Parts: sequence; structure tokens; C-alpha cells
Amino acid sequence: MTTPNSSLFQTQGYPLHGIFKALSHLHVVVGTLFIATLYVTMCNLVFAEGSFMHVSNYTVSLLGKYLCYALLALAVDLVWGYCGILSLGHGAFFTLGGYAMGMYLMRQIGDRGVYGNPDLPDFMVFLNWTELPWFWAGSSSIVWMIAMVFIGPGLLAYIFGSMAFRSRVSGVYLSIMTQAMTYALMLAFFRNEMGFGGNNGLTDFKEIAGFSLQNPNTKLALFVITAVALAIGYWICNYIVNSKMGRVITATRDAESRVRFVGFKPEHYKVCIFVVSAMLAGVAGALYVPQVGIINPGEFSPLNSIEMVIWVAIGGRCTLYGAIIGAIVVSYAKTRFTAIMPEAWLFALGGLFVLVTLLLPKGIAGLLPDLFDKLSMFKVDNEEKKSNTVEVETK
Amino acid sequence: MNVDKIGSPLTSTENIKPDTRHGVILYVEDVSVSFDGFKALNDLNLYVNDGELRCLIGANGAGKTTLMDVITGKVRPDKGKVNFGQQVDLLQLDESEIAKAGIGRKFQKPTVFEALTVFENIELSLSGDKGIITSLFHKLTSEQDDRIGQVLQTIGLVKEAYYLAGRLSHGQKQWLEIGMLLAAEPRVLLVDEPVAGMTAQETERTAELLTSLAGKHSVVVVEHDMAFVRSIAKKVTVLHQGSVLAEGSMSEIQSDPEVIKVYLGEDGDKGAQGL
Amino acid sequence: MKRIFAVLLCCMISWQNLASEPGNYTAGNTDISLGQLVNKLPQTKLNKMGLLVEKFAQVNDPKTRDILRLILIGELYYTKQDKTVVHAVKNKDSLYALTNVLTAELIAPVKKSKLRKIKTNNRLRGNIRGYIAKIDLTSSDKLTRIKAVQQLLDNPSDSGLIAIQGLITQEKDDDVRDLMKVTLLVNQLNIGNHAEKLAAIVQLQDSLEPMVKNTMVKHLEALPIDGKTEEQKEFAQSLTKVINKIEVRRGVFEVAENIFFGLSLGSVLLLAAIGLAITFGVMGVINMAHGEMMMLGAYTTYVIQLAFPNLIEYSLLMAVPAAFLVSGFVGVLIERGVIRFLKGRPLETLLATFGISLILQQLVRTIFSPLNRQVQSPEWMTGSLQINPVLSLTYSRLYIIIFSLMVFFTLLLILKKSSLGLHVRAVSQNRGMARALSIRSNWVDAVTFGLGSGIAGIAGVALSQLTNVGPNLGQAYIIDSFLVVVFGGVGNLWGTLVAAMSLGSINKFLEPAVGSVLANIIVLVGLVLFIQKRPKGLFPQKGRAAD
Repeated sequence: MTTPNSSLFQTQGYPLHGIFKALSHLHVVVGTLFIATLYVTMCNLVFAEGSFMHVSNYTVSLLGKYLCYALLALAVDLVWGYCGILSLGHGAFFTLGGYAMGMYLMRQIGDRGVYGNPDLPDFMVFLNWTELPWFWAGSSSIVWMIAMVFIGPGLLAYIFGSMAFRSRVSGVYLSIMTQAMTYALMLAFFRNEMGFGGNNGLTDFKEIAGFSLQNPNTKLALFVITAVALAIGYWICNYIVNSKMGRVITATRDAESRVRFVGFKPEHYKVCIFVVSAMLAGVAGALYVPQVGIINPGEFSPLNSIEMVIWVAIGGRCTLYGAIIGAIVVSYAKTRFTAIMPEAWLFALGGLFVLVTLLLPKGIAGLLPDLFDKLSMFKVDNEEKKSNTVEVETK
Repeated sequence: MNVDKIGSPLTSTENIKPDTRHGVILYVEDVSVSFDGFKALNDLNLYVNDGELRCLIGANGAGKTTLMDVITGKVRPDKGKVNFGQQVDLLQLDESEIAKAGIGRKFQKPTVFEALTVFENIELSLSGDKGIITSLFHKLTSEQDDRIGQVLQTIGLVKEAYYLAGRLSHGQKQWLEIGMLLAAEPRVLLVDEPVAGMTAQETERTAELLTSLAGKHSVVVVEHDMAFVRSIAKKVTVLHQGSVLAEGSMSEIQSDPEVIKVYLGEDGDKGAQGL
Repeated sequence: MKRIFAVLLCCMISWQNLASEPGNYTAGNTDISLGQLVNKLPQTKLNKMGLLVEKFAQVNDPKTRDILRLILIGELYYTKQDKTVVHAVKNKDSLYALTNVLTAELIAPVKKSKLRKIKTNNRLRGNIRGYIAKIDLTSSDKLTRIKAVQQLLDNPSDSGLIAIQGLITQEKDDDVRDLMKVTLLVNQLNIGNHAEKLAAIVQLQDSLEPMVKNTMVKHLEALPIDGKTEEQKEFAQSLTKVINKIEVRRGVFEVAENIFFGLSLGSVLLLAAIGLAITFGVMGVINMAHGEMMMLGAYTTYVIQLAFPNLIEYSLLMAVPAAFLVSGFVGVLIERGVIRFLKGRPLETLLATFGISLILQQLVRTIFSPLNRQVQSPEWMTGSLQINPVLSLTYSRLYIIIFSLMVFFTLLLILKKSSLGLHVRAVSQNRGMARALSIRSNWVDAVTFGLGSGIAGIAGVALSQLTNVGPNLGQAYIIDSFLVVVFGGVGNLWGTLVAAMSLGSINKFLEPAVGSVLANIIVLVGLVLFIQKRPKGLFPQKGRAAD
């Protein structure tokens, strides 16, 4: 017997999700993303400003930002939901990716900066530096930038992860350590001597790969690229969690020592997942920066990292689409709240933390499977059919 | 035999084959372990022959579980030597490498992967490459599928193959864990209290299973249930305060004056009756 | 330099006090002569000033000192129009605000061209310093006397030195007399003959005054490098020996001061971490709102000072129990309302308590405004204990060290000796068994959590004396305190003590070398590495129970 549909049974604790996922979720998510992107693009381009159907450039940028967050949430869900590593420092990877992009964009400014120095970014001129620090070498190349978006966060995750996981640090300890990591990075990046613009970070970008960042079409293109990146990220995560590797990391989450006695090296798997997740976060950060136009050390703040976790918790951890829903819903709520009554946002966010953990441990995605009751009937049939085949074949 | 200690993270180490030309598969020599001054193992010596079924008995705190922890790499001894076959030094390996080398273990408290189905539990336990790349691009072969089917058949969980393991009853989890051991095809099986929480019928089946495994595998069973031990054991080792008190067949053990003294001295009639 | 500044500041303040109370000015015999002298100032030529100033010094009037000081710092002017002697200070509009020095009455501001300064020269200034010192030296306040001697040590003047020589035998206070002696010896080193110099050096070898070392270094540097005479060689030798000796001793005390700073930082960490050591270490509950409990304690102090503005001296004593109750109460609420539903789910607890911390921060922001609030320090917390010229211990830090140790040992006693402690430990080790023994584990949980939170509140009171009180007060400490608990070994209070103190000291020793931000980062990174090497901390719990 072969296993025609082994992904059908990747249920990760919530049997009904398995059906929902296996039948449709990859297609549903990518399809929805595609249609939404197409819709936004069309409405932005075809309908004139003022038209009922028009989607403004501002909205496009905002949606692009949400999609970056969604990709980031996927990264967090991959480590937290599936591997049980509650990282409170994913903001560090996101921000590092952002800085890699920011450095490239700074070099793109060229002599259009305030000081008009063709080689040095403004803040370096301001600090009386005469030449680029060594780690800025190559930053004017787009290929190098793309490489650094992966290498920067990936390397940090590899070093941190291999040390932490090899010495079997886990649970709350690991969470606190990741938080300390991003906190230390924040302090470091606030220093002017670090060579990343200190307090103000990197900003005043002019163009990306020759396209002006002020141009609405560039913004639209960035939005579409983000949507594509999200779809690819989703596919990668989906592939991983449905592979045997996905089973190993889920098993590691629930009974790490047992995994060891079965012959796997859980620390290697964890490092690998951690690195993949960090790279996804780095990509999200890199796409985020040109769309919001600034990157500064504030992004390293532990509060940001923990906000990412709440996206996933609210959306429903251990379901990839849940992470995306959570990121978009919470970010949208934040945009609305901070516009209407900024004071209340922290109350609302804090309340969400408490309520979701107490009342909705599976998040929004936990509510969905009820809609798929019928599918669960199908599941039982299928199960029995399958068990029968096994029996027949082994006899 | 030279073993790469760390191994590449992406692909797993080569399979280790123990050298058993002398007929002994497991050497435990002069092993001592202490926790906070308490000596859990005290210069313990134990040799397990290839294909043998060995029972370990002893009062609580005699060091049975600690001994298993030492063999499987969970606890590092303060001193001593633990060899798998003649040349593989188990103290140089970590838990996963020891497991891959061919020493399987069943825990006192059944631990299975509750969020995975029974089928997947067995699948993960199958012997083979446990590296990351392999796992990422793994497709189940038909032989592996057959093998899983056989194991499920053996442990009687065919019907439950696609249940989440978390839904199984305590006894079923015990069986599943044994099934995971079987799937790994280890040379040595360490079984900690396999029949705790099982019905008489299930106990009988377990006894049959373990006896049938001996020969092809070496089996070490830790058990409190004396009736069970009597029904399967050819050779019994008695541990007392971290070292071996006596070794021999069941009848030899029962007549051993040392054993009687320790058990009578400590537990009175009850101990003797237990034996 | 600081010291001079401080002296000036004191003078300034006393001047202002006088100036603002014109009623103090009564016409008496001596006043008339002071007034006469003052009125002579505008007419006196610079070469006659010496005599006039000397006369000033002989007048026994509380204002004499201030007038002399004003001459010294060049703020004494007279108006061209009517030759009134005034104290003039340049104000924002580049005009000069005037005060009549005799009557302390304010005069409308004028332009600079309407004024003429009462001139002095270096010699005169030296003498004036001496006269001021003499006035201070006979002051009844010990601190004033010490400051005056110190002033003379740093800026010697003939008149001052003569005054000291006259007064040293009458001086009853040992500290003042020692300082006087050092001053005279330094002078002897400067102007004495060879034998006197050598004698001065030997006698000065125990002094840690910076001036002593500076003078010696100056003398040593003034000697020719080659071709010294025998006398000079001997002089150089003895100078080098004593300088080295002084340097070693100064080094020792500098290290001691660093340790003191480290311990005081460590005590703050200890106070912050100790409550956490209970909730996290004993109960296994991770409370991200712990920092906010500290914040509540600090705000409690603030509110108490608002409520009893006349009792600032006692406000801290009142704040300690109040903060304990407020934070403890909030802690019990959190435990009953949220945490008990999340037993055995540490990561969820972490998230929920983080949410609570956000709510508490915003609550404080809404009630008290997002700005920092200044909490006053009572008199007895200010100032410092001057052990010697190198080592001085600030009282606030000293009290915090003592206070944190008191809290620590009280807590230790509660956990080890009381029945509550026994119950807490029983529940933390085996909840099921403890319940079977009819320990009300729910009640124990609530009380333990309340205790941990209450102690955080007390830590907040202490913190309010060191930093500004603001909504983000707690955030800064939460990561540090977790690291302290983990570093020391979870569930081990002694470990927490050692960890807090050593982390504080390490931080303070790194700070001068690399700056405070980098020191912070280095400690963080070091800790992360340490935890990876020894995940169970400095003092892990061993054995089977630990798994």
C-alpha cells in the first residue's frame, strides 16, 4: 500500500483542521491572496480617484504592510505553533532584514542626501566619518542586499539557536532569552557607533532598484511582490509542516526527549526550523521597509516581538492560515483604534492577550472547523476505509 | 569503530553496528552515579548477552531506572564504562545516537506523540536515516508501509491506525510504545515496567511478545510484577542499593541467601513472598 | 572642582536667603562700620584695596562673608550714577539685575554701561579667599570648617594658612584637625627647606587627598631628569615611594567604591528579582506583569507623598507597607482572575500576564499622565557618608543595600520557618500530594502570588528613590530580574542573592571601561551564553526531583 494522501492526516491536535487543510487550505489561501491582490491592483489602477471602487495609494501601502505582518506571523507560527518554541525575539530577525534593505536604500540615495555626499549616507557625514564601515561594503548591490536579507537573520538564528537548543534550553527560559536577545540588539542599535544611524535609524529613501519610492506604481509593485512573497512563504511552511519533518517537529514540541530516544536529533530540527523562520521574518522586514519608508531600532523593542505572538495566538496557532488572519485582523484593529482613540489601544491589546489565552486558546481558526462538520463525517469514513486496507494487506 | 560524535545536522550519522563476537552485546562496568550525594548506582557491573531476555528486579531506589538512563544516555555516570558490543563506547554518544545505534527504550510512563496519529507514531520510529534533508523530502516507500502495517498488526492497533495517539487508552498507549520500539528494530530493547496498568490478558500477551522477541533482539525488562517476571525470565539480575546483589535463574535467585537476607531484613515476609 | 562648585552653590543659596529677607538687616554698631567700608569701595584704588579688604575681614557681620565672596567672583559693582554698591547679575535680556548689598533691596535692571565693577587682582583674590576661609574656619558648623580647610588645601593663600596655623591647636574635631595638618604639610612641602620637605613627605604618606598626590607629582616632574644633585635624588626617591604608596591605597578604595556601587545596583536587582523568585521559582508561574507591580509600588509612594505633603520624612516608612498591600492586592486579583485558569501552561501564562502588564501601564498613563513623576527623598536619604577623600557612600544607596537584605532575610525566614512557607514549598513540589494532605492549594497559590507581588511593590518604593517614576519603570527591570532568577538557579533564593549581587558588580566594573550601554549589552550577552552552558543556573537543584 502506498500512502496516497498522508497529508490528509496531519492533524496536529485538531482533527477537523486536517480535513479543512488537506482539502483546500493551501489552495484557498493562495487563491484568496491572488484574488485579493488582483482586486486591489485593478481597483487602484482602473478606477479613478474619488470613484466608489477606487483603492487609494495609501490603502495599497497599508495593505502591503499588513501582508508583511502576515508573513512575519507565519514565521512565528512555524516556530511556536508547530515547534513549540515561543520566540519573543522574532522582531530582531524582522528588523535585521529591514536593516539589510534599509542599507541598500540608503546607498541608493547617492548624492541626493542633505549633505550631498555620493558615498556616505547622511548620518555618517553628520558623525564626521570619512569612509564606510566594513560591514557596509557591498550594500549598494541589490544582489548583496537580497543575500543579506537571508544571511543576516539566518546567521543570528543559527548561532542563537544552535547554542540554545544544543544545551537544551526550552520553554519559558528560551522565551526570556529571545527577548533578552532582541533587547540587547535594540540597545546596541541605538548607539551611533554601531554605524546604523543610531536613534533615527535609516530613512529618507529615494528609490529602489531605480524606481522612485514616491511613485504610486512602485508602491503597487511592492504590494504585489509582498503578496507573492507571502504566497511562497505559505507554500514553504505548508510543505514543511506536512512533510515528515513537520511530524518530527510536532513530536518534538510535545515530547522532546521521546524524539531523542527514537533516534532523531531534535536540536538540529529546531535550529533548522528556527533559521527558516528567521529568514521568513527577515524577508518580511525587508519588504516592510520600502513600504513604510523608515527602519529604526524601535522595531527591536520587545513589545513588537510580543505583539507578533499575539497575532498568532488570536488567529489560531498551529494553523498557518490562522496566523495570517490574526496578523491582518489585529493590525487592522490597531490602525483603526490608534486613529480613533489612541489611548485605548494598549487597553484593547492587553485585553486581547488575556481574553484569547483564557477563552479562545485555539484562536479564530479554532472557531472555523465547526463550519466543516460535514467534512468530519467524511473523515471517519476515510479512516475506516484506510484501516480496512491495512488489515487486508497485512493478512 | 570510529563514530562521528556530532554528525552533520542535515544528514544523520552512519548506522553503527556493534561487534558481538564475544556473545555479549551490552557491557556495563564499574558504573557509579550519584545525585546530591545519594549513590543511585554504586560500582555496578552488568553484562547482557546477544539475544538474551534479562529481567531486572529490585526494590524501589535500587537503581533500575537510573541504570536504563545511563545506558540510553539520559544520565552521564560519574565513572565507569558502558559499551555496546565490544567497541562502541556509549558514553561518547548522546540519546539520539544511542537510539540510532540500536538501543530502544520504553519508558515507565508511556510517552507517545499525542498530536500525531498512531500510524505516524510508528512511521517516525522506523529505523533509517533520521537526518533533516531526508525527513524534508521523505516519501513513504511501500516496504516501510508494509512494515508499519505489520507492527500495527502485532500490537493490535490496526483499527486505531489513524486515531490521534492522544485519544488512546492507557493500555493502548503502552502497546503503541512497544510498537514504536519494534518499528525501530533495535538490537537491544530496554523495557521499563511494560505491564503496569494492563489487564491480565494484556499482560499475558505482552509476556508472549517479549519472549518471542528474545533471540533476534536482546531484551532487558524491569518489572515489579513477580508473576510476570517468573513467566518470562530465564535469567534474573537483582539490584540492591545501586549494585548487583545476585544473578541467575529464577530458582537460584529465590534460594540465594543474600537475596533472602536483604528482602527479609528489609521487607520481612512480604519481600520473600514477592519473590 | 566639584567641591568648589558646591561651596559656591552653598554661598549662593545663603546669599539668596539673606537677600530675600530684608527684615534681617538691622542697623547696629558693626553694621555701620560695614556700611562705611562698603561705601568706601567705589572710591578705593586697586592698590589700596588690600587694606580695605583687610578691614572688611575684621568686621564681625554675617554679611561680610557674602560681600567678600561677591568681590571674589566679580559680581560686585557700583552704579556710576550714585555710587551705590550693588550685586549685579546678567539676566536674560542682557540687562543687569541689581540688588543693594547692604539693604538687600532690588533695583531696576540697568545696562552694563551704567555700572562699574569693583576690581580685584590675583593677589587680592588670594587674600580674600583667605579671609573667607578664616571666617569659615571659625564657624561653629563642622562641615563649613571642613569645606574651608579643603578650599585652602586646593587654593592655598597666605592669610588662610596663617589662620590655620593659629586655629589648629584650638580645633577640637579630629577630622578638621587632620585636614588642617595636611594643608600645612602640603605648604611645608612647597616652601620648606630640604629636611622639612622630606619630613612633610613622610607625614603625608597616609593622606588620600587628591591635592597631596598632585603636589607631589608636580614636585617630582619639576626635578631635572638627568644630573640630579644628591639632595634632589633623595627627594625624588622619597616622593616616588610615597606616591606609589598613595596610588596603591587609592586604587584599593576605588575598587571598594566600585564594589559599593555594584552592590547597590545588585540590591535593586535583588529587590526586583526576589518577588519573581517566589512567583516563578517557587510557584513556576511566569509573571510578565512583575515589573508593573514594582511600578505600582513606586506610584504608591508618589501618592502617599501627595496625600501627606508635610510628612515627607516619614513617607517612605508609610509607603513600604502601603505598596506591599497595593501590589499584593493586585497580585492576588491577577492570580484569582487569570493565572489560576492557566495552570501548567507557562507560555500562555506568559502571554496573559504580558497583556495585564500592558493594561496596567496604560491605566497609570491615563490616571497619572504619561510623564515621569518626581518622588521626593526624605532628608535622611540624602547626602553621603564620607569615609575618606576617595571613598564616599551615598546614604540612599547604603539604605537600599540594607533594606534589600532585610527584605531578603525576612522572606527567607517566612519560607523556611512559617507554616505558610511550608505549605508553599509543599504545593510547589507536589500539588496533588499537598492537596491530599488537606492543604488548600488554591489559597496557598493566591497568597504566594500576593506575597511575590507585594515584594515587587516594596522594590518599587526603593526604586522611586533612585529613578523617576513613570509608566515604563517596570519594563526596564523585567528582563534583568528574570535573568537574575535564572542565573541564580530557579527555586533557590540564595542563588538569587548571589546572582543579583554579582551581576550588579560586574555591571559596575564594566561601566567605566566600556560605557553603560555596552556594559548592559555585554552582561546580557554573557548571561545568555551562561544560561546556554548551564541552563539550570549557578546553583541548580539536582537529582531526580529536578526533572
